[in-house]
Amino acid sequence: MSTPAVPVHELRFRGVLATFAGRAGFYAFAALVAAFFALPMAWLVLAPFEAHPTFVANLVQPTLHNFPVVFKNPDALASLRNSLVLSLGTMALVVLCASLAAYALSRVKLPGRDAVLYILLLFSSVVTGSAAMVPIFVLVYDLHLINSLEGVILVLAGGTLPASIFILKDFMDSVPTSYEESARVFGAGPFRILKDVVAPIVRPGLVVIAVWTIVTVWGSFLTPFILLDKPSLLPASVEIYSYYDVGGSAKLPLIAAFALVYTLPVVVIYLVVQHRYGFRFFGGIKG
Amino acid sequence: MHPTSKTAEQAVEPSLGPVTSLEVTGPSGLGRKWAGVFLTPSALLIGVFLVFPAVWTLYLGLTNFSLVGFAAAHPTFEGLTNYKNALTDPEFGNSLLITLIYVFGSAVVGQVVLGFAMAWRFKDWRSPLRRVVEALAIIAWIVPGSVVAFLWISYLQGNIGPLIEHGTLDVILHISTNWFLQFPLLSLIIFNIWRGSAFSMMLFNGALQSVPPSYLETAKISGASELQQLRDVVLPRIKGHVLTDVLLISLWTFNDFTPYLITAGGPNGQTETLPVFVYKVAFQQGDLGYASAISLIMLVINSVIAVVYLRMLRARSQ
Repeated sequence: MSTPAVPVHELRFRGVLATFAGRAGFYAFAALVAAFFALPMAWLVLAPFEAHPTFVANLVQPTLHNFPVVFKNPDALASLRNSLVLSLGTMALVVLCASLAAYALSRVKLPGRDAVLYILLLFSSVVTGSAAMVPIFVLVYDLHLINSLEGVILVLAGGTLPASIFILKDFMDSVPTSYEESARVFGAGPFRILKDVVAPIVRPGLVVIAVWTIVTVWGSFLTPFILLDKPSLLPASVEIYSYYDVGGSAKLPLIAAFALVYTLPVVVIYLVVQHRYGFRFFGGIKG
Repeated sequence: MHPTSKTAEQAVEPSLGPVTSLEVTGPSGLGRKWAGVFLTPSALLIGVFLVFPAVWTLYLGLTNFSLVGFAAAHPTFEGLTNYKNALTDPEFGNSLLITLIYVFGSAVVGQVVLGFAMAWRFKDWRSPLRRVVEALAIIAWIVPGSVVAFLWISYLQGNIGPLIEHGTLDVILHISTNWFLQFPLLSLIIFNIWRGSAFSMMLFNGALQSVPPSYLETAKISGASELQQLRDVVLPRIKGHVLTDVLLISLWTFNDFTPYLITAGGPNGQTETLPVFVYKVAFQQGDLGYASAISLIMLVINSVIAVVYLRMLRARSQ
């Protein structure tokens, strides 16, 4: 029994139909994914501009009145300043220590170097998360660094250093050593070579770890939450949970506008860097 | 490793050769002594604030150390009491089970599948819209945790108190569901898929570039279905990336503290993951000794996860 012949134009029609169905399916998937990620953010974009914000995202009476509430609140401004001190302080410490360490690890072969670095990298993602909150609290308490921004900076730097060294070493490995050799011939010492010869070449790497550290610390909650309880020292991540009135209900005009002011800088910085450096951002952990 | 590093290493390594004196000083003239000096600040910071606390957990877990009271100043050595208590503590067992479901559902399955689906589907999408969709995912990943908690409370829960309102999702769908009460763990799993899929997406975006397009074309022409293409052409090439991805996001999810900010472990401990449990035992009940013992168990479980994945990674490369 022979199969009935299908006319050519019929086949072509089916092909067009299949392509059309494929495209429609593709755009449906893309739209679904976009909605999945966008919808929960609606509140962050709408509530700050709503005259009477609630926990539902809507924009019935648009206003800008919630922002002066933030900028006239001394605690809110202080908390943003504290977040900035923590972020920049940790960043400076991490960039300095990681450059020195990554350079040494990249240029001198030490036994078990890569294994130790990889273990530390995994270890740091475990310990800084939450598994070590008790010993870190007790350690910082014994060092009399509870309620000091320095204590938080030291803990966060210790936690972010392994990943930073890992990423930066990758950048340093790609710098040819011939530059350093000629600098050495002219009598430059190791610090000088690192500062004036190597650092300018690996600047993208330094930017990457600097931004990564700033973004991480800016958003960190647990470490400052357990190490600081003096209201004037709280960073924005913790401060936002103190905006409740005596009755226990949230001061939503303040919270909504503050959330946007607090979030915007990291999102902007991150998207700019991501755009400029693309996936190199994860050079170190790509495996 | 990014592509440039490999070529650099190949260029550097032969020049090192078997000459031991060069190997000690290094090609840039940085001797072991200077290397030691350069490593000291990092070693100190990592040693004191990362490695020491983890090791100290081992000791603290063997004591009755507490936040306040007599045992705060004079902790006594209790041996394995805390560990014995943990084994019979139903709250710990419950918390461990919840954590494993949370990690498996949201990271191992959720983030990997969604991240891969996005990378795979959008691979040849040349449109500015692709950037927009990817940026949305990345923003979800980068927004500070404190703000994320407010977002998800507004999305799924709405107001609770004198003025009860439903969350944004209910308003959109015209339904009335109390997500965090009716489906607490599922809500948290969906939250974490939203939160973390961007990382897997970016990692797989990079990984898929290592699959030669001609191989996929050949497979397509010879009539391989999409699933066959994935199984036979794509997966064998990106297995290493998949394992690295699963390892990192499992560890991050396991230790994530954001659930505390959204549900605080409730209702009735149904979302009490181990980090939330440790926090409650340590800082609300003040039992630092028991909390340390739980922390150590967490560290051990994390190490087991890491070793299993690393074994698989090594087995693959041999």
